[in-house]
Amino acid sequence: MKIAQKSIQFLTIVVIALFSISAYAVAADKNQDSQPNGGQVNTKKEVEEYILHHIKDSHDFSLFSYTNDAGERKHLGFPLPVILWSSEGLVTFMSSEFHHNDDGHVIVEKEGLKFAKIHSKIYELESDAATVVFDDTHHATNAHKVLDFSITKSAFGLLLIGLLMLLWFSKLARQYKTRKVPTGFGRILEPLVLYVRDEIARPNIGEQHYRRFTGYLLTVFFFIWILNLAGLTPLGFNVTGQLAVTACLAIFTLVIYTVSGTKGYWMHMIWMPGVPVLIRPVLAIIELAGALVIKPFSLLVRLFANISAGHIVVMSLIAIMFTLKESLGVVGATGLSLLLSFFITLIEVLVAFLQAYIFTMLSALFIGMAVDDHEHH
Amino acid sequence: METLLNDFSPGLFVVSTILLLALIALMIKFAWKPILNSLEERESGINNALEAADNARKEMQNLQSDNEQLVKEAREERDAMLKEAREIKEKMISEAKEEAKGVATTLIENAQASIEQEKQAALAEIKKSVADLSIGIAESVIKRELASKEDQLQLVEGILKEVTLN
Repeated sequence: MKIAQKSIQFLTIVVIALFSISAYAVAADKNQDSQPNGGQVNTKKEVEEYILHHIKDSHDFSLFSYTNDAGERKHLGFPLPVILWSSEGLVTFMSSEFHHNDDGHVIVEKEGLKFAKIHSKIYELESDAATVVFDDTHHATNAHKVLDFSITKSAFGLLLIGLLMLLWFSKLARQYKTRKVPTGFGRILEPLVLYVRDEIARPNIGEQHYRRFTGYLLTVFFFIWILNLAGLTPLGFNVTGQLAVTACLAIFTLVIYTVSGTKGYWMHMIWMPGVPVLIRPVLAIIELAGALVIKPFSLLVRLFANISAGHIVVMSLIAIMFTLKESLGVVGATGLSLLLSFFITLIEVLVAFLQAYIFTMLSALFIGMAVDDHEHH
Repeated sequence: METLLNDFSPGLFVVSTILLLALIALMIKFAWKPILNSLEERESGINNALEAADNARKEMQNLQSDNEQLVKEAREERDAMLKEAREIKEKMISEAKEEAKGVATTLIENAQASIEQEKQAALAEIKKSVADLSIGIAESVIKRELASKEDQLQLVEGILKEVTLN
């Protein structure tokens, strides 16, 4: 019964999503002139730009674009809300008002303010400007960035995966009320939970303290892993490849191990015992820099770089289809592209797990170092 | 580095911080706490069950050795009882023998005494008979009174013969 209910819920969501997609596609039709080349990707430069554009965050959720028989460019996807903190306060509108334009040509006027989107960033134009003026290095001269709290594609992905996680794991939690061993999908989730608890949290933090931090580590592990995997699907999320998201995760870990650090941990950091007094301040600087800057920085950059690099490599290999079309022929280029991107995607599936594991593992290790009693020294 | 900083979106940072904090809090409350508690409960349940099984096995072993002990004791008791019975039997037999011997001796003694008594009685009777005879002889001798000297002698001899025959 329950399963039937769930599938009905799911179907409803899919139907609503499809409706909004088709509505959006129709709406997009009328504004073809806003995109000069129709957004097609053929040359090396365009491929490069497309890839760089993809790994950035986006204000609307587009699955793919195509040109129909009448020569019109169509985009399949749906718009997401744009929430801005401008010079006049909060401004909200749907991202469809930019009509997929990303070079500042479409100006959206809201509450007397003008906004333009340039390379996935939203700029507020100065009050007297009518269009965005660029200098030689392609920087806007008469517009400035605004604080952008939009539900972007990454924020949307984050929400979606967060809800999915809540659904899956609260269902697993409810199962334990009636039975000792879960059934169905819970049977897959349970060993993963046990894995994180027994292989990551327990050995790194220690038997005494691990319980307090297991919840955080489990959330982070599954969050990163599922989003990494979602990034490999045609949905094209690149949430864990966003610096803002990885920075957020790294700062959480930093806050946790800084707040829960024991007296011994701080003593060893600030005034290292067993070392000549003159060296102690030097060591303190190194240790403090290590704990407060290097550790979180390594966490955030590792995850960001690995996932972004993965996306770039996979997309570059797919782009072989266009870039080597002339030298290898259509079949050759497509075949080579398929073969290489297939294998690199397999590796990316492994990397998706590995990066989630490494992030969680290092977080656990740092927390473990902070809560350790240091009595054995 | 500049592009990195340019790519960093403070807005997304704030949004993801809020969303992630909510996610972590919700996951801990609705998922991880109940899941981890149930898992720990289950694990301790399994451990307890294993321990109980171990204890039961040990108890079984104890019971078995107890049984063996009991059987051994019973056997020893039986042996002791048999031995005692044998001893009692032997004792009874020997006692009976002793008693029988005693009874026999008294019987023999009684018999001997009565024989002696009979003998004395017989001797007394003989003496009386001798006396009676002597009187009788004397009587006859007196009756016949000196009829003849020869007759007298004959008579005495005759009487004597009778006596010795007796």
